[in-house]
Amino acid sequence: MTKRLLLIEDEPNIIEAIGFILARDGWHVKSHTSGKDAAEVARRERPDVVILDVMLPGKSGYDILREIRADDSLAGLPVLMLTARGQSKDRELAEQAGANRFMTKPFSNSEVLDAVRALAPAS
Amino acid sequence: MSDPEARPVSPVFFERRTYRRRRLQDAARILPLIGAFAWLIPLLWPRGAEDGPPMSQALIYVFTIWVVLIVVGAILSYRLTLGEAAEAERSQE
Amino acid sequence: MISFNGLVAICLAYVVLLFAVAFFADGAARRGRGGWLRSPMVYTLSLSVYCTAWTFYGAVGSAARSGLEYLTIYLGPTLVMIGWWWVLRKLVRIGRSQRITSVADLVSSRYGKSNLLAVGVTLLSVTATTPYIALQLQSVTVSLEVFSGSGTGSAIGALATDAASGDGNAPAQSANSAFLVALGLALFTVIFGTRNLDANERHHGVVMAIAVEAVVKLFALMAVGVFVVWGLSGGIAETLARIEASPLRSWDINGGRWAGLIFLSAAAFICLPRMFQVLVVESADEDHLRTASWAFPLYLLLMSVFVVPIAVTGLDLLPAGANPDLFVVTLPLAQGQTELAVLSFLGGFSSATSMVIVASIAVSTMVSNHIVMPLWLRLTGGRASMSGDIRHVVLTARRVSIVSVVLLGYFYYALSGGGTALASIGIISFVGAVQVLPSVLGGIFWRGATRLGALAGLFTGATLWAYTLFLPSFGPVIFSAEFMSAGPFGIGWLAPHALFGLSGMDPFLHALLWSMSLNAIAFFVVSVASFPTPLERLQGAQFVNIFQHSGGPRSWSAGVAQTEDLLIMSQRILGSDQAIALFRREARRMGLKGDLPEPEPGFLETLERELAGSVGAATAHAMVGQIVGGTSVSVQDLIAVADESAQLMEYSARLEAQSAELSRTARQLREANQKLTRLSVQKDAFLSQISHELRTPMSSIRAFSEILRDSDSLSDAEQSKFASIIHDETIRLTRLLDDILDLSVMENGRVSLNLREGTLSDVIERAVAAAAAGEGDGLRIQRNHVSEVVRLHTDLDRLAQVFINLIANARKYCEAEKPVLQIRVRDLGDAICVDFVDNGQGVPEESRDMIFEKFSRMSDQKAGGAGLGLAICRQIMERLGGTISYLPGETGGAFRVRLPRDAALAAE
Repeated sequence: MTKRLLLIEDEPNIIEAIGFILARDGWHVKSHTSGKDAAEVARRERPDVVILDVMLPGKSGYDILREIRADDSLAGLPVLMLTARGQSKDRELAEQAGANRFMTKPFSNSEVLDAVRALAPAS
Repeated sequence: MSDPEARPVSPVFFERRTYRRRRLQDAARILPLIGAFAWLIPLLWPRGAEDGPPMSQALIYVFTIWVVLIVVGAILSYRLTLGEAAEAERSQE
Repeated sequence: MISFNGLVAICLAYVVLLFAVAFFADGAARRGRGGWLRSPMVYTLSLSVYCTAWTFYGAVGSAARSGLEYLTIYLGPTLVMIGWWWVLRKLVRIGRSQRITSVADLVSSRYGKSNLLAVGVTLLSVTATTPYIALQLQSVTVSLEVFSGSGTGSAIGALATDAASGDGNAPAQSANSAFLVALGLALFTVIFGTRNLDANERHHGVVMAIAVEAVVKLFALMAVGVFVVWGLSGGIAETLARIEASPLRSWDINGGRWAGLIFLSAAAFICLPRMFQVLVVESADEDHLRTASWAFPLYLLLMSVFVVPIAVTGLDLLPAGANPDLFVVTLPLAQGQTELAVLSFLGGFSSATSMVIVASIAVSTMVSNHIVMPLWLRLTGGRASMSGDIRHVVLTARRVSIVSVVLLGYFYYALSGGGTALASIGIISFVGAVQVLPSVLGGIFWRGATRLGALAGLFTGATLWAYTLFLPSFGPVIFSAEFMSAGPFGIGWLAPHALFGLSGMDPFLHALLWSMSLNAIAFFVVSVASFPTPLERLQGAQFVNIFQHSGGPRSWSAGVAQTEDLLIMSQRILGSDQAIALFRREARRMGLKGDLPEPEPGFLETLERELAGSVGAATAHAMVGQIVGGTSVSVQDLIAVADESAQLMEYSARLEAQSAELSRTARQLREANQKLTRLSVQKDAFLSQISHELRTPMSSIRAFSEILRDSDSLSDAEQSKFASIIHDETIRLTRLLDDILDLSVMENGRVSLNLREGTLSDVIERAVAAAAAGEGDGLRIQRNHVSEVVRLHTDLDRLAQVFINLIANARKYCEAEKPVLQIRVRDLGDAICVDFVDNGQGVPEESRDMIFEKFSRMSDQKAGGAGLGLAICRQIMERLGGTISYLPGETGGAFRVRLPRDAALAAE
């Protein structure tokens, strides 16, 4: 079965790019642009992997991640954090919030692909 | 303005010319006192037509002192030049 | 017998002569050839202004009545002159180095330039001088009457009040002549007394005329004397014999009056306004005093030597009841010596005129300097010192004062009826004038004398003088007989002539004793008890130690203004930075390169005004004047005072403002600290933000370029779509970099404006359109098109940029359900306000001072621009000469853009 991926990102061009790459690799990509209800969308969509941007309108990516981690129904959901802020502080924050993987924009397409593949639960 | 202790100590002894000048200043200072004293002496004279000394003598007495004061004053004033005076006074005080 | 008209003609001719002499002397002095004018002899003769008609006529009268008592009036000044080393030498030096213009100025200057003291002394001087001028006018009238044969005349200058009673119906022509004389003298004084506003108040023409008058009166009196001794009596021995045979043959003098009058005349010689004028103010050279110290006593001796012979001969030869005051004229007249009598009359005329001239100059100087000018300056509110007509005002004030003083004397004469009331006024006037003696002597010999002490002494003395002597002299008009004998309200010990129970004394002695002693005591006690201001202390040291400070009198031109000294002094008062800034500004104004301007009058005036703000006008004037005027004060002294006053000011200011200042400083520090902390946080945030803003488009560019590179199986549509995304994102990047550069350029002030004409409504229209482009969301914009019809001359594109930013911000941050942005235009007259008010939550108060900072963003969450928008807006508005600010008090977020009406000017 095709794996499901939830992309929470507000930048339409990046959604387009990641969507294109992953779709080509056989993923079913669902995107969401607002931070406010991102966790809710994750609960509803039950994705296999989540790609989460940090800077989102309405709510920061860290808060969304904490929300996801606090939700038992979403336990074990792998999350790849993407951020345009490259400071080490941001990486620490992401790790503390419980990100499985952290990547800095601009990213290499293949790296994203590898990371998503690696995060995807073996099935 | 300046501290009294900070003033230069003025010498106690002077050369002869300075000394002379100092005494001239003393004389200039004392002269009006002598004049005032002399002109107040008539107060001791008895008053009245019978006891008092004659008017002419009193007149001569007063005018004589006057003339003496003028003459001594003139001598003193010419020997005391102002330049010296200022200098002397400065070093004195 | 000479006719009245003939005599008037002689008077006129004599006055014309005086005019000529004064005119000639003035001219010579102006041409710089007046060296001979300033000879010791002229100085000595000018002192003879002491000998007024009161002494010219009255001495003989007094001798006829009271024997040798008249001599006291000459003995006092003789002692003062002989004792020149004590007082006069110091007074003259002080007067010259401190540029004293009158006795009032001396007192005021010594006690810290106190104008109150100056006014007090001036009023006292006017009060004491006016009756004396009246006396001079009366003497002229009465002596004229002798020639017109209208009678024996009234008493002129008898020392005692028991002189012959006045001739109630003096001929109208005499009264007229008094008025004419008064007018003539006023005219003369105005012409020669106010010709120049010399810094030193010297009047060469007047002094020369006075010297000529001195010769005339001495010559006249001696001529009469010689005629009497050798012509009538037949020699010295015979004269002495005649004295022995006369009613005056023996010594019969009241000891108290003898000593008291010697003291009084000595004191008056120093304190009388006219004497101070000739002794100190007109003194051209200190050295002249040395000559005058013996020459003037000689003059006095000559003036008095023939008095007794004339009196005795007059008593002998003239009919009983003849007025002895007029013996000098009537004696030669009775002997048929009309020419001699006319000469004698001219002598009296000279005495009167010289007194009136000098006294009115002296008193008018005081009145104009200490009363009229301060009032005028206050009325004009200090604008006067900036305009150039102040000299004119001073001269006018001086002239009006002269005329007023002389006319005051005339009216006093006319109103008092010229009777016996005037006879004793000489002494009364003297006692009034000498009330300044304690302040003057204390001021020049005692550093501890203070302004309050001088005020107390002066007030006490003047009050007692007025109460015990001056007011009673008017007779029952002011104090009733009962008041005089029983005292006010029946309090015996307050009776004017028997104060504190001291009854039975000669009224003059009584007044002199009480006024002088209580004056001196009040002066001393209050001085000891009070503390002087720094300026008083400086002036005190200056006056008392005058010989230590000044090696010799220096002329005005010798005083080279030391700008650096001025700067040092100013720094002590204004503070270093302000003083240097002021000096630099002045130097620039003069077109000089350095920081030190030339000490030209304009600059000094400016400086003085600046200083006056800190230390008061009088002090500032004194300080600047003393540095610039090259007077004897040393710069160290001034700096000491400046330090002292700066410390005092600092201290009191600290006391007053300490708590306020401390809390203000603390608050400022706290605010600064908070701002710094926030700025630092925001700077971090900005770096993150800028990183985010750069990385986001770069992510898209990299992702799509990799896709294009790695994928072979892309459709043409996909290829072109991805390429255009890359293209758009590069443009976004470029715009971001442009923004950053734009801000940096504008912050450096190097941006050229493209000024154009346009209307505000067009600019707003454009901004609304641009901001709405590509955005379909629901920000509703409310405008009032009518109010937007305003013509502008400014950089329309930049202004539009500001508007776009504000509209975009509203779109970005307004969180209302239905966001509405109101754009309101208001005309404030000199400026136009454009307010952008939305219905969101607005900017929290604690953020309002931060939003215009360039790293600022409302919060981390509210993504959008790089936080440069408002910073750029602020820079733009600054360049356009306007402002942009947060508008508090609105329901939502509100920004106000303020454009100056003449935007073009502000943009250069």
